Amino acid sequence: MSSLNIPIYMDYSATTPVDERVAKKMGECLTQQGYFGNPASRSHSFGWRAEELVEEARQNVATLLGADPREVIWTSGATESDNLAIKGAAHFNKKKGKHIITVKTEHKAVLDTCRQLEREGFEVTYLDPMENGLVDLDVFKATIRDDTTVVSIMHVNNEIGVIQDIKAIGAICREKGVVFHVDAAQSPGKVAIDVEDMNVDLMSLCAHKAYGPKGIGALYVRRKPRVRLEAQIHGGGHERGFRSGTLATHQIVGMGEAFKIAHEEMADEHARLSNLRDRLLDGIKDLEEIYINGDLKQRIPGNLNISFSYVEGESLIMSLKDIAVSSGSACTSASLEPSYVLRALGRADELASSSIRFTLGRYSTEEEVDYTVELIKTAVSKLRDLSPLWDMFKEGVDLDSVEWAHH
Amino acid sequence: MAYSDKVLDHYENPRNVGVLDKDDPSVGTGMVGAPACGDVMRLQIKLGADGRIEDAKFKTYGCGSAIASSSLVTEMVKGKTIDEVEAIKNMDIVEELALPPVKIHCSVLAEDAIAAAIADLKSKQQAKAS
Repeated sequence: MSSLNIPIYMDYSATTPVDERVAKKMGECLTQQGYFGNPASRSHSFGWRAEELVEEARQNVATLLGADPREVIWTSGATESDNLAIKGAAHFNKKKGKHIITVKTEHKAVLDTCRQLEREGFEVTYLDPMENGLVDLDVFKATIRDDTTVVSIMHVNNEIGVIQDIKAIGAICREKGVVFHVDAAQSPGKVAIDVEDMNVDLMSLCAHKAYGPKGIGALYVRRKPRVRLEAQIHGGGHERGFRSGTLATHQIVGMGEAFKIAHEEMADEHARLSNLRDRLLDGIKDLEEIYINGDLKQRIPGNLNISFSYVEGESLIMSLKDIAVSSGSACTSASLEPSYVLRALGRADELASSSIRFTLGRYSTEEEVDYTVELIKTAVSKLRDLSPLWDMFKEGVDLDSVEWAHH
Repeated sequence: MAYSDKVLDHYENPRNVGVLDKDDPSVGTGMVGAPACGDVMRLQIKLGADGRIEDAKFKTYGCGSAIASSSLVTEMVKGKTIDEVEAIKNMDIVEELALPPVKIHCSVLAEDAIAAAIADLKSKQQAKAS
């Protein structure tokens, strides 16, 4: 049995460590002995070599997407890609219409971008997902209007890991002639992407959730039929005018290598992580009053988001200090606020429960999962023994019927 | 967030967790807080024949500081008269546990729990006397 490294990292959806193979390639692009040239330098070999590396990386990203490399634009990350895609497409098409559709469970990079567009006079519809986190296709279809220009729906949800039916949504968008943007920050290496098959027009990506470095991302921009965007960052006209700024060779090379590995190893990783996730779930499923948030089948293998009823979030996190997980409920000084994603799913018992997101990844092991299972079981049963709410639940008291002294 | 050693100690080894018979006329029960606010405290005190608190139990749904505050209170009230218990203030708890400003509400809740338990006890005593 291998030794455990404490604390155990189970927050792979927040970020991932850079794969050693990726770090090595990146290191070759920095120093005087390496490929440090500016990829935009056309007059010497330093620039040419750097450009070759950038184009090789672009091909790697394109391959994972099933795209043409000319459709891949480098950005600083998925947040910038979301901004460029949504603002860029909304601004470009504003004469055609000013209505945008997105979903309440999107990442803040999408939601806040839409809020900004609302301030600029656009109208945004925020769809409620179904209870399992997925978009109701009929509701979505009925929401599209003549003046709808952009639809932005994420592929894999960062909190609950559910996978939207991008292909079906894409077909509807194509039929209606609406630009379709997909935030796929959580997808590479976890679920297959094919922008042709899925009818995606714009897709936001980042490297650091797929064992690449932070600070680099990409935006897929469809060429046929051509999707037009208004640039958000102006300057030297890099990336065909979509995004100016000197290309960060080492970051780009890192993203390219990370995506190459993600593409090649996806099948194996998927099987391994599915087993680990099932092992985690099997370990704790006999606990009473626990609820899985989000659809379990339409979901990436490494994600498990669970609500533990009658257990307070901050104290649960305190008990689980040996494992790095993320809490679905952000406890502020005086109140427990459930995440907006879980709230959008309409969890009724959200206030008296705490949810934890476990995300497994490339370096997760069976030993780590087994250790975590024991820790959760101990913590939950200890906190419930301490909880007057658990006593009341056991006595059959309906907590909603109690008149609480709010303070 | 960093917790003080005393909070951690009470959190890891909470004192006097449990339940007293709430129908016992010598037992006062106070339950304060709300699930929606993230903490609910139930404090019970039992008055001995000598007029001093002979036992105290708690259960708390809440953060580590709320659990520690209520655990500490059960220790503080034991052996005290009702007047002495009423004199316990939330700042005594803040000082003892070195609670940071964002956790002061936990100590306030504990003080409220004491007051509620005493009020319950007094009303039972009066009912018995009359």
